[in-house]
Amino acid sequence: MSEQLPRTVLDSLNLGLHKALVDDPLAILLGEDLLDPYGGAFKVTRGLSSAFPDRVLTTPISEAGITGIAGGMALRGLHPVVEIMFGDFVTLISDQVINHIAKFNNMYNGAATAPVVIRTPMGGRRGYGPTHSQTLEKFFLGVPGLTVLAPFHLLDDDPLGAPGGLLYEAILTSDSPVLFVENKLQYLLKLLTPADLVEYELDTDRSSAFYTLRMKSAPAAMITLATYGYMAHLALEALHRLAYEYEIFCELLVPTRLAPFELQPLFDSVARTGRLLTVEEGTFSLGWGAEVLARTAEALGAGLRQARRLAAKEGVIPVARELEAACLPGVDDIIARVREMV
Amino acid sequence: MHTDMELFRRLYRIRRFETVLLDHFKSGIFPGTTHVSLGQEANAVGVLAHLQEGDVAVSNHRSHGHFLAYGGDPQALFAELMGRPSGVCGGVGGSQHLHWRNFYSSGVQGGTVAMAAGMALAEKRAGNGAIVVDFMGDGTLGEGIVYECLNMISLWQLPVLIVLEHNHIAQTTPAKLTIAGRVSQRFETFGIPTAELDSSDILEIFPLAGTLISQVRVESAPRALIIHTERLGAHSKGDDTRPPEELENLWQFRDPIAIQAARLPEAERARIVDEVDADIQRAFEAALGAKGRS
Repeated sequence: MSEQLPRTVLDSLNLGLHKALVDDPLAILLGEDLLDPYGGAFKVTRGLSSAFPDRVLTTPISEAGITGIAGGMALRGLHPVVEIMFGDFVTLISDQVINHIAKFNNMYNGAATAPVVIRTPMGGRRGYGPTHSQTLEKFFLGVPGLTVLAPFHLLDDDPLGAPGGLLYEAILTSDSPVLFVENKLQYLLKLLTPADLVEYELDTDRSSAFYTLRMKSAPAAMITLATYGYMAHLALEALHRLAYEYEIFCELLVPTRLAPFELQPLFDSVARTGRLLTVEEGTFSLGWGAEVLARTAEALGAGLRQARRLAAKEGVIPVARELEAACLPGVDDIIARVREMV
Repeated sequence: MHTDMELFRRLYRIRRFETVLLDHFKSGIFPGTTHVSLGQEANAVGVLAHLQEGDVAVSNHRSHGHFLAYGGDPQALFAELMGRPSGVCGGVGGSQHLHWRNFYSSGVQGGTVAMAAGMALAEKRAGNGAIVVDFMGDGTLGEGIVYECLNMISLWQLPVLIVLEHNHIAQTTPAKLTIAGRVSQRFETFGIPTAELDSSDILEIFPLAGTLISQVRVESAPRALIIHTERLGAHSKGDDTRPPEELENLWQFRDPIAIQAARLPEAERARIVDEVDADIQRAFEAALGAKGRS
């Protein structure tokens, strides 16, 4: 195993899986095309089948089957980690997740656990078109018994980096099933180091798995931006430009645990700023932002003076570059929406 | 000990349990619905009598017989069906969602095959010789995940015996309206050796299941057993649309309890019936008398 610090989100996740296989003899990976030399469609499992030949199982193209099988493995004591090659295909596993894996613990009255981790990359901006570009995790938020995680591209003080650390912890310590939402463009992001963050203040709330970023020594923030995953990268760029180009100061709140919802750091931020803009790459209606806004309104009442949601347009995601860009929220959209609000 | 008397006792215990259950359903003490296995008792007893310590049983929506044949407590099952805290799963799971020791059941068709496959993979990797028995019905053959899992069960040589209780009816729809081709080919085409039996006789089912389970255990490889059986009761409670004369015929020739009872001296049969009746009555009353939710 490399002694070097991971450089990218991809490195970090790969290291996290490697360390999980080293430290947890019950961990086993399964998914399509995982074996070296290919190492998975997005290379997150690269090198693992060579290092652990009997613990990386390549499977037929049977997403429902392998997820259901992982559920059975977990009920009998293993810690299976399933890769679903494209996040779009989570529709194929929904019965296994919602009616089986997420239910076992509760419907068997606590007498069984099913600690399955399902990893999958969501997201567009690669020109993959309508069925390989979506961000579908909203359909899995609020499923009782299911934890949904999305990593933040931070080096953190974890030797694995924050994404790999989050994945490692999920595999080794979670009693409940986890949907671990990655993002195709996020894979190549360089992990933010202290040098990258020299202009920012970073607060880390480990209990509710939130990161808060703001410009260092800036005036009080006027608005809270909330987002996760790859959109956090775009929102951070927006925050920087809003400060320098428009003298609009924001706090950026980045949860890594999307469900169950636990939003206290976000409420605290909005209590300071009075304004909330949620940003997500999934479609607008009934999305993550809708729930976050509802909960913030319930928690803060009149303390929430203004709230908006920014999300993908509600249509298919086209292949054509300019059409795809028009469909998905970008840095300029975040800046424009913030300027409308303050 | 699997004497004729003991096998009859096990069969009749399931029958009596479900008869008492149906008799009391109208009174409203059991919430929801229930799927009884009248007529299919010999499948549960004939297969599960061969399980050893550490083996796993996976069942479906029609699970009372499997649970009792596995060794489950009738009082805990009555309590579960009543929704009592003293039930198998504290009254949460109910008729279709049971888990006790290495017994698991669930109510969505097809998903249990995946559960069983994953469990067999876990047991194979643990290397302790344990096997998995998975009960499914012919109606379940309509679910796509079944075929994904049959493929992987064979590909990875998982130690599972799939028992297809082919009662030729799915809820109210005859199998001939829903199943094309030969059922055995569904298993054989994936390379799973398959045995087929048309019987409600415990003395035919029991030895064949024993042979297959032994093969699964020794070879650490899958087998399928198709038992052509007859559901003598409704799918759940009142949803039987079959003509009465058809049912009368089935009761006359395909009742596993009657088939096995005919082999016993009358006095022995009556003694076992009395003992089981009393046991089941005690279990029912104890479940009913147990503390409810405050």
